[in-house]
Amino acid sequence: MNPFAYSRVDAPDAAIHALLQNAKFLGGGTNLVDLMKYGVERPSTLVDINHIGLDKVQADANGATIGALVRNSDLANDPGIVANYPLLSHALLSGASAQLRNRATTGGNLMQRTRCYYFMDTAFPACNKRKPGSGCAALKGFNRIHAILGQSDEGSTSPHTCIATNPSDMNVALYALDAKVEVHGPKGKRTIPVRDFHRLPGDHPEQDTLLRPDELILSVTLPAAKFAKNSWYLKARDRQSYAFALVSVAAGLEMDGDRIKTAGLALGGVAHKPWRSAEAEHALEGKPATEETFEKAADAALAGAKGYEHNAFKVELAKQCVVRALMQASKGVQAS
Amino acid sequence: MMQADPKPTQPPQTPYRYDGVLKVTGKAKYAAEFSEPFPKGDLLYAYMLQATVPAGTIAAMDTKAATRASGVVAVLTPFNAPKLPVGKPQPPGKRSLTVLQDNNVSYNGQPIGVVIAKSLPEAIHAARMIKVTYNETPAKLDFMGRLGEGHAPKNPGKDPASQSRADADAAFASAAVTVDNTYVTPIQNHNPMEPHGTIAWWNGEKLNVYDATQYITGDKMTLARILNVALDNVHVQDPYVGGGFGSKGSTWSHVILAAMAAKIVQKPVKLVLEREQMFGPVGYRPTTVNHIKLAAGSDGKLTLVQQDVTMSASVLEEFVEHSELPARKLYASKQIITTTKLVDCNYGVATFMRAPGEAPGTAVFEIAMDELAERLKMDPVQLRLLNYAERDPSEDKPWTSKHLRECYAQAAGRFGWSKRNATPGQMVEGNKLIGYGFGTATYPANRSAAMAKVSYLPSGRVFVGSGTQDLGTGMYTVMAQTAAANLGLDPMQMDVKLGDSTLPKAPVSGGSQSTASVGPAVDTACIQLRLKVAGVALSDKQSPVYGAKDTDVDVMHGRVFLKSNQTKGESVTSLIARNGNVPIEAEGSAEPGEDKSSMTSQSFGAVFAEVAVDKDTHMVEVRRVVATYDIGTLVNDKTGINQLEGGITWGVSFALHEEAHIDLRYGRTVNESLAEYHVPVNADIGTIDVTVLNIPDTKFNPLGARGIGEIGITGAAAAVANAIYNATGKRVRHYPITPDKIMMA
Repeated sequence: MNPFAYSRVDAPDAAIHALLQNAKFLGGGTNLVDLMKYGVERPSTLVDINHIGLDKVQADANGATIGALVRNSDLANDPGIVANYPLLSHALLSGASAQLRNRATTGGNLMQRTRCYYFMDTAFPACNKRKPGSGCAALKGFNRIHAILGQSDEGSTSPHTCIATNPSDMNVALYALDAKVEVHGPKGKRTIPVRDFHRLPGDHPEQDTLLRPDELILSVTLPAAKFAKNSWYLKARDRQSYAFALVSVAAGLEMDGDRIKTAGLALGGVAHKPWRSAEAEHALEGKPATEETFEKAADAALAGAKGYEHNAFKVELAKQCVVRALMQASKGVQAS
Repeated sequence: MMQADPKPTQPPQTPYRYDGVLKVTGKAKYAAEFSEPFPKGDLLYAYMLQATVPAGTIAAMDTKAATRASGVVAVLTPFNAPKLPVGKPQPPGKRSLTVLQDNNVSYNGQPIGVVIAKSLPEAIHAARMIKVTYNETPAKLDFMGRLGEGHAPKNPGKDPASQSRADADAAFASAAVTVDNTYVTPIQNHNPMEPHGTIAWWNGEKLNVYDATQYITGDKMTLARILNVALDNVHVQDPYVGGGFGSKGSTWSHVILAAMAAKIVQKPVKLVLEREQMFGPVGYRPTTVNHIKLAAGSDGKLTLVQQDVTMSASVLEEFVEHSELPARKLYASKQIITTTKLVDCNYGVATFMRAPGEAPGTAVFEIAMDELAERLKMDPVQLRLLNYAERDPSEDKPWTSKHLRECYAQAAGRFGWSKRNATPGQMVEGNKLIGYGFGTATYPANRSAAMAKVSYLPSGRVFVGSGTQDLGTGMYTVMAQTAAANLGLDPMQMDVKLGDSTLPKAPVSGGSQSTASVGPAVDTACIQLRLKVAGVALSDKQSPVYGAKDTDVDVMHGRVFLKSNQTKGESVTSLIARNGNVPIEAEGSAEPGEDKSSMTSQSFGAVFAEVAVDKDTHMVEVRRVVATYDIGTLVNDKTGINQLEGGITWGVSFALHEEAHIDLRYGRTVNESLAEYHVPVNADIGTIDVTVLNIPDTKFNPLGARGIGEIGITGAAAAVANAIYNATGKRVRHYPITPDKIMMA
């Protein structure tokens, strides 16, 4: 690990002021510290924000405000979240392990970096995300865990190419729930819809989010709960627990009898950010909750998907998982 | 004619593992945890540098910045490392290790240097400053694309001398029912919980190491040979090992590097591998491609068993994964033909991994048998019974003891195999497809020469020592039990010592042989000890047994007494107290008898699995595994059953999870962490129900115990694979069976 300075702050304002050049905020450290050990992240300073507050959840049917330092375990088990936003609770509980969830924070989970092998191992020479302009080793490498939607694919040597995925489960649920992210920087506070918070790689694969380097996440807010009675988080993975999603689906349905009034649908494991498909949601809204409807939504969600040598399976797997998650959601909520 | 086996005899059991309290309270010290006997502040930390290209030569290493970095004491590279004599190949892997002796790079990850610093973070930081330039040469990395380049092993070893392909082809062509498929097993890394680690320090010409090893004697020989030190001047200690699974059976580069570094800096040096450094430099199970052909008459009798194996091998050194062995041992067949071929790759050196040969071998062969049973419309267990091998089919020798039929019957009964629907996809529960599967387990019974030392202490406790290792397997417990049984004492009254090369020699803790080898040595030493104690008593005028004939006296339960009148005697402690109050010592050794060549000793078992496969996610739950093994005497209920359960867990892992993915351009393992290299978590393991027949194999050794460290993994992977087929109708012949493969099949 590279030498770094450490400072501890006790209030959000102090945190923003402490953020010097090439400094990073330290929350749970479950991702950042690993990447520092691997030599991928090399911050000059860690600003420890574990003592600045922002650790409360306030959630009821009318909405929720989740502090950036709320631990994943606390959020998943918060009674207001469990009762009104079970989709978020289940997404959180399907991620990582109990120990990691006890440590990991809401803000940190939003900022979680990709698990792309070629990003995480500095011995690989090419990674546009880790070393801008160096190319993409994943494109023609072992790309089983990589993106099928929204990727930048201009060939291995292009500075734009990136087929990394966002590994978070929490984020997928936040997309389906249409959350907003409150951030604070030297120029004041601003609100970013979560669906815009993360970026597609575009021309800058090194940038995961729209958060500026000098901004601090304060909280995540949720709109009034629409999917408390009908939602499902489905995660297809290589083992029963403690594995990143091959494909995951967050499905929320607001039902009107047998018909779908509104829908929230997002996929994990398929793109550089959770993949929310407005077309798929439109394909559901006003339609009867049938397998046929769900299959149309799945086709819409995966429209334009492109697989590579090792991940082509994800296109079909994602469709099957979308149908299944919607089917389950139409029947109720998964047991806590 | 089957001979009646003697009744089971188990030594006294312990309430818990002999070393259990030390382990759960954190007092059991592992190799890298020691900070003595040297001054604690003297300890320096080393970090191993590794190549980042798969083939070529190192043109230069710029170490200037690293040498000047904070805390750095020394940097060793091929350009400044001391020249070492070229050693002879060393056991157990017949390995010729060279470290930093030339600038060749043969695989990505190869050790190419070491940084020694006052702290580990400083060593790692400095290591990242080192700029290495290479002259790269084309690397051989695409194993699957180069199967045609397979060549016979230099040492053909276990392949039979003459086999007729023409006869085999004729048998296949004329058979009523055949199977002809190719099955693949991946590269797997051992990943013991405790990473490899070494602390080395020198006292003048004497080298001391704490090393995480399965073989202290091998470590000692390799270090002596490579560093040109007299054998007696090398001391290896290793009181506890956090798993090895074969990866700690050989002495790898980091051990030599730690010793070299300690010599140069004249301080104790600790070198512990990071998890990602364990993917390449410390061995792995090679990938195997198995072309299996089976032929049978319409009655189900096998007329041909043919398995041609092609596996990956390192350009540095040959290692043969004998995946063909189960085909040669499991069933009677008119013809049995096997071959092995190696494809040289720029990979690290492969090595033994839990049940080498038998794990992949049973994983593939028992799928082929399942396919044959299906084509014959025959129950898979019935097919095995029909081709039951009454003698060792590969060498036409009798077994020392074999009770596989009882295993099939017992395990099938407990599992409820009769409820299986032979047609796939018929058992459905909601979104889950349920399937039952079965596989036969087998592993040879190995045994080597071993020695032990025991002494009656003035306190009445008994010291029991042997230069063996406890990998978490239960060796401390087994030694305590064996000595206690012989002496008629409580196992917890034994003071067991192992993992120290000054103790009498014992073999590598590999091949499931430790209990079978060390147990008899402890037993022999205890017999000698009883004779010695009796001898002291017979010549002590104050002893109640003074003057008796030695054949009339025995030593048991802490007393020396007359066999004819057990009340006439005294405690061993009072005898010792009168005779200088010093321990009475004895040594013993044991080695395999002549039977080894005239008979085959082999363990067997039957493994049944139930899986539930999700229709949409294609994820597999292994709900339960029921297995019964014929492993001779079960020496310890707890550690023994635990070993078998752990083996089955490995079998599930083999079936569903484990695979190291090597990038075909760079030759690096991409998933080099426990987050991405999958092994089962608790949620993946359902009920495991293990029983053993507990029928002693006294023709194998006096304890009647065959090893149990490895058989658990065998057969289990195929049982899961066959259950997945029964659930889904999809036959996946390429391990691990991940959701995508089930979906695409």
